[in-house]
Amino acid sequence: MKILLVDDSKTMRNIQKGILSQLGYTEIEEACDGLDALSKVGAFAPDLLLVDWNMPNMDGLEFVKQFRAKGSKSPIIMVTTEAEKARVVEAIKAGVNNYVVKPFTPDSLSERIKETLDRASAA
Amino acid sequence: MDSTYVMPFLNSVQNVFETMLQLPVQVGEPELKRTGDPTYDVSGIIGMSGDVEGNVVLSFPTSTAERVVSLFTGEEMSRTHTDFADAVGELVNMVSGGAKAQFVGKNVSISCPSVVIGSDHVVFGRKDVVCVSMQCTTDCGDFNLEVSFRKQSGAAVESSDTAAA
Repeated sequence: MKILLVDDSKTMRNIQKGILSQLGYTEIEEACDGLDALSKVGAFAPDLLLVDWNMPNMDGLEFVKQFRAKGSKSPIIMVTTEAEKARVVEAIKAGVNNYVVKPFTPDSLSERIKETLDRASAA
Repeated sequence: MDSTYVMPFLNSVQNVFETMLQLPVQVGEPELKRTGDPTYDVSGIIGMSGDVEGNVVLSFPTSTAERVVSLFTGEEMSRTHTDFADAVGELVNMVSGGAKAQFVGKNVSISCPSVVIGSDHVVFGRKDVVCVSMQCTTDCGDFNLEVSFRKQSGAAVESSDTAAA
């Protein structure tokens, strides 16, 4: 299982990486914004992506749109401080599969990851 | 500046610290901050724009910041560590984002965080708005939450607390 973490905060990527490694996922690539992520998805071919919304250069929503426009179907979890309902709807419409609002507990992020992967494998 | 500007930040700082750090925060009475008053040694700053515009500052003494960041990241981290500022920035980012979500029905954007490190620095906000400072007490030490905001003309600010009242 290859997982791409897209967040401009290294601290947040490290926290997510720690939670993922506790779940047994160790094949992890990191990107610091949407542009960086777009440059890595081809070679890395992630099976799951955790994507922040507010980032410099290219934000998470634009990245999701461009990633989906390439035909990529890997599940995406948006992990962001953007908590308004309208924002969640906007993200889902762009192609996000699940949504986690910061701050989160390790348990809540773990549950969303499992839920997302279960749904993807059942589809 | 009425309390509808302040409550979302007060709620958010408690939520972020309790959720991400398991660190309860007691927030003191809001006080007006005078222009030019110094902050603590480490300040995380975020600007907000749109229907609500202003600044949010989390300001820590160095020792408190180092304890808080170490709890947040899960590793001992002094102010000279390359990731120290990133961690402070992410904390103020989550506090601002959580508060923004409580401004019901308003179009508000937040900036990427800036972090200033150095004793006796001063954070100047807009001259036409007041700044409210709240002392936050934790087991890692005290820090300040500073909020300076004004609503854009024609935009009525309503927090979720107010809406529920």
